[in-house]
Amino acid sequence: MAMSESKHDFTAKVSAEGRYFHSLANGILEIPHCIQCRQFHFFPRPLCPHCGSDELEWVVPSGKGTVYSTTTVRRAEGDYNVCLVDLLEGPRLMSRVEGVDDPSTIRIGMKVRAQICQKTGSPLLIFVAEEMS
Amino acid sequence: MSKHMRGSIAVLGTGLAGLGDAGGATEQEIIALAAHKAVVSSGLVMRDIDGIITSSLTSPWWVMRMSEYLGIRPRFSDSTMFGGSSFIADLKIAALAIDAGECENVLICYGATPRSVRSSTHINQMRAELDPQPYEHPYKPFNPVSSYALAAARHMHEYGTTREQLAEVAVAARRWAQLNPDAFSRKPLTIDDVLGAKMISDPLTVRDCCLVTDGAGAFVVTKSERARDFHDKPVYVLGVGHAHWHRQISCMEDLTVTPAVDSGRKAFTEAGLKPSDIDVVQLYDAFTINPILFLEDLGFCQKGEGGAFVSGGRIAPGGDFPLNTNGGGLSCVHPGMYSIFLIIEAAAQLRAEAGPRQVRDAQIALVHGNGGVLSSQATAILSSHV
Repeated sequence: MAMSESKHDFTAKVSAEGRYFHSLANGILEIPHCIQCRQFHFFPRPLCPHCGSDELEWVVPSGKGTVYSTTTVRRAEGDYNVCLVDLLEGPRLMSRVEGVDDPSTIRIGMKVRAQICQKTGSPLLIFVAEEMS
Repeated sequence: MSKHMRGSIAVLGTGLAGLGDAGGATEQEIIALAAHKAVVSSGLVMRDIDGIITSSLTSPWWVMRMSEYLGIRPRFSDSTMFGGSSFIADLKIAALAIDAGECENVLICYGATPRSVRSSTHINQMRAELDPQPYEHPYKPFNPVSSYALAAARHMHEYGTTREQLAEVAVAARRWAQLNPDAFSRKPLTIDDVLGAKMISDPLTVRDCCLVTDGAGAFVVTKSERARDFHDKPVYVLGVGHAHWHRQISCMEDLTVTPAVDSGRKAFTEAGLKPSDIDVVQLYDAFTINPILFLEDLGFCQKGEGGAFVSGGRIAPGGDFPLNTNGGGLSCVHPGMYSIFLIIEAAAQLRAEAGPRQVRDAQIALVHGNGGVLSSQATAILSSHV
C-alpha cells in the first residue's frame, strides 16, 4: 500500500468507527490523521487524542509495522497469537500475526505488513511477517 | 490533593466476610456482614454512617442498592468504578467529602461471589457487550490475562526479566498465605510448580494469575481529630494518589511504565515521605508482573530492576522487604476487585494484629491498587501515627 492521502470530513453524520470498518470491508485500511498537529492516531474517533482538534483526515498508511509485544493464547480450541503492532506512521493497535505454523515463534521486533482478512463475517485487520508478504 | 489533606482522615474498624467460598451467600449478604464487622469494630452503629462509597463490576446502581440493603440514607455517596483500584482511589474521595463537611463517617465496602456463582463466563460475555472494545475484542485476547501477558513479554524483552523472577512473586505470596488462616491457597508452591503449570497466555501460567474467590471487605473512615474517640488504633491516611492514562492495553504508551509513577509521586508528596520510609508494602498482584512493575514505578527500585528486586526470597516471609503479607490476590483472596483487602491487611499490620505474619515495628504502610489492564493506579500511604 502506498502512502496516499484521501481527505474526508469527520462529521457527526458519519461515524468514524463505521467509516473505518466500512473501508476495511472494501479492502482498504485507513487511519485518522490530524491536520492541526500532523499526528496519526488509532483507534478512529472524531477528535484528535493528541491535541483535541476536530480537523482530521483519513489516510491510507504504508501497512508496515513492527511487533511491539506478543502473546500466545492457549485455549482448548487451539493456540493463537494476539499482539500489539506499532504502525510505521506511529499508532499502536491490537492484532494478530498470521501465516506461521507455531504462533509462539512470533517475536517482538518482527517486521510485519497489514492484510485485511475477509474470512469471517466482519473484516479484520491482521498482519503477516514482512518476508512472507 | 494538597498537603493540608495529609493525615486528615483515619481508618477505624475493618471487616471481612465470605472469603474463599461464601457457600451460597449472595454478594450483598457477605458485604453486609463485612460492613457490620467494620462498623461495630469502629465503635459505631450503622445509623452513624452518613457516607458510603462502593462499586460493582456488574451493577451501575450499586451504591443505591447497598444503601437500601444496609438501611443507610447517606448524606454523601459515590460509586465511581476504577476497577480493582477503586477502594484506594475512594480514600481520596472520602477525604475530600469529609474535609468539605459533606459527611462524617464513611463506609467503604465491596464484595463479590465469582467462585460460588458459576455464571462467570456468561457474565463476562455480557460485560463485553455492555462495554464494547471493537478494536480489541475481535482478536480474542483472553482478558485480563492476555493484556498483562503482553506487558510481561515486553518487560522481559526490554529488561531481561525472567519467568523465574515472575514465579518468585507467586512463591512468596504462597509462603505468606501459609501464615494466614484466612488465605484460600496454602499448599506448598515452588518456582518449578509455577513454571510447569498450565500456560494461559505466554509468558503467564495459571500460577502467575490471581485466584478467583468469593469475599467481601469493608472499613470505616472518619476525620482524624475524632478517630481516637471511637477506636484505640486509628490508621491515618497520610497521602493518596490516583492516575489513569488508558483503558485498553493497545492504548498504553509504554507497557513497562504504568500510571503508578503519577499516583505514587502524588501519594509520597502529600505524605512528605519517600520509599525508604515504608515498613510494609501491599501491591495489587492480579498477575506476577504487577508487583515488579509497581516496585519500579513507585520508586522502590530503578526501572527494569524489579525482577532482580523480588528474587532470592526477598519479598517472602523472612526477607528484608515484606510484600503482600496476607498472601495477596495470588494466594489469599480475589473477588474481582481486590484493593479493599490491601487496606484491610495494611491496617492489621499497622495495628500489630497480623498474628504469625506480623511484620516487626510496622508503622508506615504503602498500599497500591490496580484496575483494568494496568489502566487505573491508586496509591495510599497509611500510618499508625499522624
